[in-house]
Amino acid sequence: MDEKKMEIQKKEAGAPDAGERTRADRVYTPQVDIIERKDDIVVIADMPGVDEASTDVTLEKNVLTIYGKVAADAPEGHRLALCEYGIGDYQRVFTLSDEVDKDKIQASVKNGVLLLVMPKASATKSRKIPIQAEGVGGFVKLS
Amino acid sequence: MLWSEMERLGRVFDPWFQVGRLNRPLRWTPLHSTVDFPPTNVWVTDDSAMVTTEVPGIDPATLEITVVKDSLVLRGSRATAELKEGEFYHRRERWHGQFTKTLELPFAVEANKVEARFAKGVLHISLPRAEAEKPRKIAVKSD
Repeated sequence: MDEKKMEIQKKEAGAPDAGERTRADRVYTPQVDIIERKDDIVVIADMPGVDEASTDVTLEKNVLTIYGKVAADAPEGHRLALCEYGIGDYQRVFTLSDEVDKDKIQASVKNGVLLLVMPKASATKSRKIPIQAEGVGGFVKLS
Repeated sequence: MLWSEMERLGRVFDPWFQVGRLNRPLRWTPLHSTVDFPPTNVWVTDDSAMVTTEVPGIDPATLEITVVKDSLVLRGSRATAELKEGEFYHRRERWHGQFTKTLELPFAVEANKVEARFAKGVLHISLPRAEAEKPRKIAVKSD
């Protein structure tokens, strides 16, 4: 993707599988970066308008749900002359694999950005299988 | 996407409405598909304007705001995480880079009365209209 033309338009989140939401407010999908590091997986989500009190991170079985509630922000008595973004809540759902240590997930919010640090389970960390170089242990050399 | 948005607004496509849009002093673009970072809303009254822009994760001290007559320029940058050896992205959706965004306001503003406030990743700039620019009532004299 051309980085200069990265999509910055907010995308509205689809209705959850179970049906429609009861609240009529708009819900947006926050844009995320997910980085895998040696010992953890980091999720960074852009959620402008939320703070630590209005953000909910829930984990049920393997499903991680991020929800951020945003208060309406329209100044009184003004009319909108240019509108490039909509205001609404944020929601995004991720399915985690077993490699995450679910008891040790840490979440923080700063300047409208949610940071989730999910440490890898120790069993996963040591499950690396060394790959041996050519021609050892009964393999036939191809060339 | 565009069509479904329009249907939801209950507005039928009307070419004359589109022509009318061109004559407005500011772009009225609620369904704008390409928006430069950061997405910005402009609210106006007769004697002030309020610009709100979503800049999550940006240190407000590094934001540069300049006002000249009726134009407002926002400058800043957002870097992404530096990856070390063995770290990699699962997803990379968040915008990153340097930005310069120029907005034209419907009137000249009083530059030394401009105030900016940053909270939860959203920047609010209030711009009072310049005194000299305010509409004035002219008393009609009679001999």
